[in-house]
Amino acid sequence: MNRDPVIKLEAVDKRYGKNVVVDSMGLQVHGGECFVLVGHNGAGKTTVMKIMLGLTRPSAGQVQVLGEDPASHAFVGRRESLGYLPESASFYPHMTGRELLGYYARLKGVSRTEVARCLEQVGLQKAATGRLHTYSKGMRQRLGLAQAILGMPRLLFLDEPTTGLDPLLRRDFYQIIGDLRASGTTVVISSHALSEIEVQADRIAVVKHGRLVACGSLPDLGRQAGLPVRTRVAVAAGNATRIAGQLAAHTRIDRVNDRSVDLTCSEDNKMSVLRHIADLGDSVLDVSMTAPRLDEIYLHFMNGDGP
Amino acid sequence: MSGSLRTITILATKEVRDGLRNRWVAATILLLGTLALALSILGSAPTGEVRVTALQVSVVSLTSLSMYLVPLIALMLAFDALVGEFEHGTMLLLLTYPVSRWQIIAGKFFGHTAILLVAILVGYGSVLGILILAGDGDTTGWQAYTAMMASSLLLGCVFLAVGYLISALARERAVAIGAAVGAWLMLVVLYDLGLLSALMIDEGKYISEGLFTVLMLVNPADAYRLFNFSGFGEVGRLIGVTGTGTGFGSGMVAPLVAMGLWVVIPLMVTVARFHRREL
Repeated sequence: MNRDPVIKLEAVDKRYGKNVVVDSMGLQVHGGECFVLVGHNGAGKTTVMKIMLGLTRPSAGQVQVLGEDPASHAFVGRRESLGYLPESASFYPHMTGRELLGYYARLKGVSRTEVARCLEQVGLQKAATGRLHTYSKGMRQRLGLAQAILGMPRLLFLDEPTTGLDPLLRRDFYQIIGDLRASGTTVVISSHALSEIEVQADRIAVVKHGRLVACGSLPDLGRQAGLPVRTRVAVAAGNATRIAGQLAAHTRIDRVNDRSVDLTCSEDNKMSVLRHIADLGDSVLDVSMTAPRLDEIYLHFMNGDGP
Repeated sequence: MSGSLRTITILATKEVRDGLRNRWVAATILLLGTLALALSILGSAPTGEVRVTALQVSVVSLTSLSMYLVPLIALMLAFDALVGEFEHGTMLLLLTYPVSRWQIIAGKFFGHTAILLVAILVGYGSVLGILILAGDGDTTGWQAYTAMMASSLLLGCVFLAVGYLISALARERAVAIGAAVGAWLMLVVLYDLGLLSALMIDEGKYISEGLFTVLMLVNPADAYRLFNFSGFGEVGRLIGVTGTGTGFGSGMVAPLVAMGLWVVIPLMVTVARFHRREL
């Protein structure tokens, strides 16, 4: 992964009158990364994305995307390297899918063959001659993705991309994004679908009332939140009490039954606990560790006394 | 083709295609052509008495028609050019493409101008052909007629620019359509009534001939009328406006400049306003 920041926000504020939508936001997104913005409704995720796209100017602070201020005239040419799927994408209803993609491809300076490739990739090649007012929500969302990936963008912004999609479509969706990431595309996603997004994310930014309350990889966030890693040690019959006794010196024991010992540890002493378990020899049959999930981390930060 | 020109052409082509698809082009051609033909046939009767050709009479009647109709058509084409795309949500996506905001305005302007050009060329041009054929090939007055067609296009451009300005200022489509109708009433209907009332009340005390000409030039619809009525001698004599102080030929420049400014200034304000608008 390239460590040069592709996106850099420094102390960015966005105010509408007295209403503060984004408050001292500072973050960096690196090349090839999948960066996820999570937060409650109205947290400012979409506004942050619009600031990154240059659609909205910050009230204060510095923004750099691909080395330029995205709201500047100099950035217009750089938009050839961008793809964007808005939360509810609107298209010209009288056009067909193919006409719409052709129009956007011409604006982006992308070849016709790319239109066919994108239509095929989102599975819309058969529906491409239908007028857009006849498209279902799922088809519109696929078309939205198709226009976003025209010309294999270096930087892809997806705002709530899977809202309203059925599980099969979601799987296809992430498959396409996965393919793009494999070719080096940096992806910024805003989402409420925590369980599906935690699998995709390299780093996650938790936004609350316009402020960045936490940012990092899933284990980083678990550590910042101080949430426990739950571990279940399966043991040979009759050994549970002895093993629980031995491990109690190193970590907290939650539950003991005849065949297993449940314990919790922090992210920081996880490896040390694992080593102690390994030292116990053949009486340990299996070990499974469950790191804090994104929804737990999210709830922790949302319910906290943060801003 | 340079990048900007290419982008503007793509945007303009889309507007023309939209115009063809939603029958704007067909409706405008039909409207202009039918009315032009009807006026020309009805209005050609007095030509023998005053020694002017059917074409010259048509210039007078079509100028009066275009003064009302062309601004209305242009405003209807332009009023939702920006506010419609904002309201519908398509502007959001368009602005994430490598397109400058001024290019969007330019693309729409050239596209809509092309629609007006085709409508005027076909609608009025076909009548020109019919009148020449009906007059046994007499082409006297074709210059005045052609100038009327060209100035009608310029008048259309004026009201496209005014329409875009309205579209850039309005927050909602419904407000924009109201403002467009208001602008049409103000500039095309009420301004003349106001000017006439002022003249009647003034009785020649303050409003000199020169000031009156300036007041006419300030309004694009009147500048258009001035251009067509005083530009070509025969046509001017026909309706008796040569007394406005604008003689043959020279009288064409000031109205053209006035209309040109009415295109450029609203377009510049539109671009400035559009640049400030956030999504």
